[in-house]
Amino acid sequence: MKKKASAEYRAPLFDRIFPPKTITLPNGHTVQQPRSRQPLIWICVVAAVWASVLLTGFDISILIKRGHQFTVILEQLFQPDWSFMPKVISPLFDTIKMSILGSVLGATLALPFAVVSSTNVNRSGVTVALCRFLLNLVRTLPTLVIAKFAALIFGLGTFAGTMAITVFTFGVVAKMLYEAIETIDMGAFEAMESAGGSKFQSFWSACMPQILPTYLSYCLYSLEMNIRAAAILGYVGAGGLGIIINERVGWRDYHGLGTLLLTLFIVVLVIENTSEYLRKKLS
Amino acid sequence: MENQKKSDRPMTIQEAYEARPRLWWLYTLVVLIVAALLGWSGSAVVFKGFATKGVEVAKGVWNGLTHPDTALLFNLTTDGVPYQLMQTVAIAVLGTLIGGILAIPFSFLASDKIVPGWVAFLFRAFILLIRTIPSLVWALVWIRVTGPNAFCGVVTQSICSIGMISKMYITAIEDVDTRILESLDASGCTAFQKIRYGLLPQIIPNFISTVIYRFDINVKDATTLGIVGAGGIGAALIQCINSSRWSMVGAYLCGMVVLMLLIEWFSTKIRKRLTRG
Repeated sequence: MKKKASAEYRAPLFDRIFPPKTITLPNGHTVQQPRSRQPLIWICVVAAVWASVLLTGFDISILIKRGHQFTVILEQLFQPDWSFMPKVISPLFDTIKMSILGSVLGATLALPFAVVSSTNVNRSGVTVALCRFLLNLVRTLPTLVIAKFAALIFGLGTFAGTMAITVFTFGVVAKMLYEAIETIDMGAFEAMESAGGSKFQSFWSACMPQILPTYLSYCLYSLEMNIRAAAILGYVGAGGLGIIINERVGWRDYHGLGTLLLTLFIVVLVIENTSEYLRKKLS
Repeated sequence: MENQKKSDRPMTIQEAYEARPRLWWLYTLVVLIVAALLGWSGSAVVFKGFATKGVEVAKGVWNGLTHPDTALLFNLTTDGVPYQLMQTVAIAVLGTLIGGILAIPFSFLASDKIVPGWVAFLFRAFILLIRTIPSLVWALVWIRVTGPNAFCGVVTQSICSIGMISKMYITAIEDVDTRILESLDASGCTAFQKIRYGLLPQIIPNFISTVIYRFDINVKDATTLGIVGAGGIGAALIQCINSSRWSMVGAYLCGMVVLMLLIEWFSTKIRKRLTRG
């Protein structure tokens, strides 16, 4: 309870509007109990939900009335058309290749940027702020929009997809990595610097061993995410499975789409389990 | 450690250095595997030069981002950026909320602390299935039901969110300290009291933190759902890209970036407070 009270005293505006309740204890001391913030939070949440319902035209009756349409498609999805399988294989491999190459490139690129953006290694505030701003900018752009731009610039195909995944991985891994670098023990780094090592040498021998397992596990994690992300990139012309998804949906061939999704499911299952196993080994 | 046991005196630095684990074969193997994978994937990804209009597009994007269409950016009608962004956020709010609620039964049923192993496995496979199907595909399927509007985005996100949210709920449920429940049991609490004072305080902060984290992702996702016509800013953005109206593209992107940064800032702040209690 004490902890909670101190957290609430940090934002005094609320307590000024609704003064805390004063309780007199039997021994004559008085303590102040701040008012609960819960009602305010609930009002905010309800208002946000109400506004959202108005803005999106949320209407549950449509779901009840036309819900059977969904089961119709779902039934077709779960009766995969196996003769379509050969056409799935090559784009599937394209997707996997795109995500592997994109992950490796992005993660490699992320390492120097993460080092520059971590405040405990890099003392210059300007470069830290610049780097972090760049990373934020990259991360806020949706993958599909990046892929669309890449497809327009580099032409349709897997190269554009790889570029999009590289950019996306770069943003995510660099962010997670600089947060990890900021939590490491800097004692060894300082010792090496004072023994005359250059900044790079000290970082390489003192910090690298500490962040390497985390870094590798982030790389594997981003690979997991990328396989799923890469599957839809083709929708905007960046190669891989997305092209067929687009085509099958256009032709309303949900049996074929089912085959595709099932193969994707198996691939994701295999890759996620392998990567989870490796990540457990790493930690 | 073993060397230390053999001789009673502690190792010198030199000895410790020489007794370091030698895993060179493992490293070589890993490097070889990674190299093989890279070689294999490099075969499919070949740089074929820029597209015919590639340079022009790159210039256009740069110009658009540096000179966004301010009239559109501050236009308060339904065509303007603010309204589109608000709709995008609204989709994410409802989608995350419904997804977060739907995920609760799934996560309890998929945690092998609570249900028998095979039931948990079945539900885990089901959750993975939901997660594997890309959100765009969900949107395309749901469009048949709801028609191309923002409501479709809400339904899509409700379903898509279940996957990741329940995965994180499950971890929260499995981290629950059962000793607290046992001690409540020992002091004679009823089942309801045990849930209220033993279980809920442990899992609620985790659950809320998960939902806020997912909200972050959902806002980003909602910006792209529009590409297939499920509402939000994506539809207008992709139209502008297709017709090369770069200053409008710039306006949409600027709005999106500002929105995302704001939301990320808020969500990190709230989540930090939640974890600190």
